[in-house]
Amino acid sequence: MSETIKNFLYLNRKAPYGTIYAWESLEVVLIGAAFDQDVSLAFVDDGVYQLTKGQDTAGIGMKNFSPTYAALGDYEVKKIFVEQESLDERGLTLDDLQHLVWEDEDEDYAEKDSIKLVSRAEMAAIMDDADVVFSF
Amino acid sequence: MPIEVNGKTFETDEEGYLSDINAWEPGVAEVMSKEDDLELTDEHWDIINYLRDYYEEYQIAPAVRVLTKAVGKKFGKDKGNSKYLYGLFPYGPAKQACRYAGLPKPTGCV
Repeated sequence: MSETIKNFLYLNRKAPYGTIYAWESLEVVLIGAAFDQDVSLAFVDDGVYQLTKGQDTAGIGMKNFSPTYAALGDYEVKKIFVEQESLDERGLTLDDLQHLVWEDEDEDYAEKDSIKLVSRAEMAAIMDDADVVFSF
Repeated sequence: MPIEVNGKTFETDEEGYLSDINAWEPGVAEVMSKEDDLELTDEHWDIINYLRDYYEEYQIAPAVRVLTKAVGKKFGKDKGNSKYLYGLFPYGPAKQACRYAGLPKPTGCV
């Protein structure tokens, strides 16, 4: 087991419905997380809508997959970066997003926040640092 | 191939997973397990019910690793390992238990 663990960044830029990108990205993340890789997610542009609370897809006849984001913590996905400017431009705040957490087994399953707001400049650095960027 | 449960017919896909998760009833698990020559105990039902609750909350079937960890937390550390789960479900906890629970095949399960 001498393989180097790579840092995978999944970059989400599109609204949750209307295209298949958001759901496909989430599926790939869940599959990828089953292997020992260092996974981070980034949400920019309309991608920030993927994490909003209270989604209702009844009118468009699609499955509402937003509850699945809450499972990411179970899959050891603990780093979810959301770009502040993208939220601002859409009149959204952190409160409009789901409260995503992961449980720290070493601290008696204490819940810790997964979402971290970052600036556009910080997001650029995060992308730069990633070994592999998957863009959806 | 469709399966018969208490006189009702349930559609399944080519791998034996229920086509409509909402159609599920406990009898489905009973019939499926009989076909596998497996007798369901309370321990089996703990896992099946847990999987259904998990799907209800997150809209996905958990990966084995996730299931293993969750079972350890919920039912005791001694049960949170794949040996325990494979002991209950020899064909694999995700594949077999999810099928009994009426869930789709877990994401990433090949």
